Amino acid sequence: METRSRNLFLIPYAFWIALFVIAPVMLVLFFSFRGLDGGFTLSNWTHFFTSTYFQLTLSSFWYAFLITLFALLISYPTALILTKTKHKQLWLLLIIVPSWINILLKVYAFLGIFGTYGPVNALLETMGIGTQQILFTDFSFVFVSVYIFIPFMILPIFNALDKLNPTLVDASRDLGASSWETFRQVIFPLTASGVKAGCQLVFIPSLSLFMITRLIAGNQVITLGTAIEQHFLVTQDWGMGSTIAVFLIAVMAVIMFLTGDRKRGLANEKNV
Amino acid sequence: MKQLMRMFIVVTLAVVVLLIGVNYLNSSQSTSGNDTLTVFNWGDYIDEDLLTEFEEETGIRVIYETFDSNEAMLTKIEQGGTTYDIAVPSEYTIDKMIEQELLLELDHEQLPNMEHLNPDFMDLSFDPGNAYSIPYFWGTVGIVYNPTVTGDVDFSSWDDLWNEEFENEILLVDGAREIMGMGLNSLGYSLNTKDQSELAAAQEKLLTLSPNIKAIVGDEMKMLIGNNEAPIGVVWSGEAADMMFENEDLDYAIPEEGSNLWFDNMVIPKTADNIEGAHQFINFMLEPEHAAQNAEYVGYSTPNQSGFELLPAEISEDERFYPDEEITDRLEVYDNLGQEMLSYYNELFLEFKIELR
Repeated sequence: METRSRNLFLIPYAFWIALFVIAPVMLVLFFSFRGLDGGFTLSNWTHFFTSTYFQLTLSSFWYAFLITLFALLISYPTALILTKTKHKQLWLLLIIVPSWINILLKVYAFLGIFGTYGPVNALLETMGIGTQQILFTDFSFVFVSVYIFIPFMILPIFNALDKLNPTLVDASRDLGASSWETFRQVIFPLTASGVKAGCQLVFIPSLSLFMITRLIAGNQVITLGTAIEQHFLVTQDWGMGSTIAVFLIAVMAVIMFLTGDRKRGLANEKNV
Repeated sequence: MKQLMRMFIVVTLAVVVLLIGVNYLNSSQSTSGNDTLTVFNWGDYIDEDLLTEFEEETGIRVIYETFDSNEAMLTKIEQGGTTYDIAVPSEYTIDKMIEQELLLELDHEQLPNMEHLNPDFMDLSFDPGNAYSIPYFWGTVGIVYNPTVTGDVDFSSWDDLWNEEFENEILLVDGAREIMGMGLNSLGYSLNTKDQSELAAAQEKLLTLSPNIKAIVGDEMKMLIGNNEAPIGVVWSGEAADMMFENEDLDYAIPEEGSNLWFDNMVIPKTADNIEGAHQFINFMLEPEHAAQNAEYVGYSTPNQSGFELLPAEISEDERFYPDEEITDRLEVYDNLGQEMLSYYNELFLEFKIELR
């Protein structure tokens, strides 16, 4: 009985996965082997691995790495402080609220804030530093991206820290460990799963950012996402666009596999 | 578990009801075909008083919908399920639509007002004999600039952009054909070239501009230049007209080496319901008074010669938007280069963007 009803419930789920996950991925894979003339070809792939796209891939990874790194550097201490505050759920909510606002709106706001006549430059001016070119630089791109991704990094880390058994920290202290040693040997290893989840949530989408690259970086930063958008919308070379998309999917799968595997190991240990 | 089953049934029922509703709505829409006309146009691209006038004159009710890019429009019509009677794509999209057989041939007998059109703007390479399309507005690609910042430079040449004074002051529009075309034009080549060495030279020339380039942007350019974020922009004339309306310091120039001449055109998609009404509408818009009224409202250049003559002198004598023949002779319309060449242009443009920093 139980397995039968379980199978019954699996039907909608299986349909969903087949229609909206497997079918689109297969379609994209199929398109990546189609040339402009509609015939089967490997040229999209050879093109991808020999030309400028390789450079594009490297720079995408570099920026995604920077964004993830800074998001982590800001989020971990924030999450740590949050768990120690009195009304932690309220503070958490306040951090999450901005993510309810449409990303495009937030990005447009930064166009004003960072502009030559915007508040940031007005502040720099009064401080005597003088007006700086902030928009359309690497700095503004990484800054805005980090700002947008921070909630996605904080949440999993916060959850991991929140679940951490405080007696473990007390025990570490009792046994004579300094605060730093406690953090390094006890707190961080036990919350590593949250850090990994957060990094996945930030790194993977930052690989394919495309809107911010144009609005905030003025196309001075180009990512794989930009190239995909261009191929689908402008050139209508869906084959090449799909090839880049498949490459991204593959990279993401590898990242998920590498970071996910160890997490499962940890969970098993806990169960034991 | 029973609860879950019930939920599942409820959702299924809801879906069925919605499907029936959609079907019903669709069918009730298409039966009213002959007294309504669905127009699919760019945003803010018509004087809506004209629509009211058209409704009063013909008794046809107009349903007006807008799009914001040729690609979005094309996709919607390609996918079907729409009953647009009139659409207004740009010339390179018309070429594609003809190729994909998405357009109906026009019946010129129902369009007597075609005689008012300027012959210079008819029978162009993207639609020989105007079999499928009637020009609606036209414009150019050029340089919008703020003389209070840039000083005496009059931007009569593309090479003025390469002036060392303008370090980090230029915004470019994010379009492969526009920017590659600018590189080609500045070297005296055609912006429809298929010659790889010419294209490579253009790309190299563009790269030497990189210290002056502040950013490559899209529609935001209007806002950025309007707010004095940058004093120079390479952009379409219509966008420039908008910026100049917002910020009176600005000026616009079409470089002498040549540039792009573009057209937006009225067409009747294959999916049209009210074909006769669509012809009536096109003919109505070609009426000189209507064309003039529309041009005055929208601010773009009208291809309607008789309508042009009706415009107030301050508009019709503005050489920035109605350049004389000496300049228009040097302007080129984009040819459909074919998918492969278009990809190549985009590839070069992408490389240029990567090398920019």
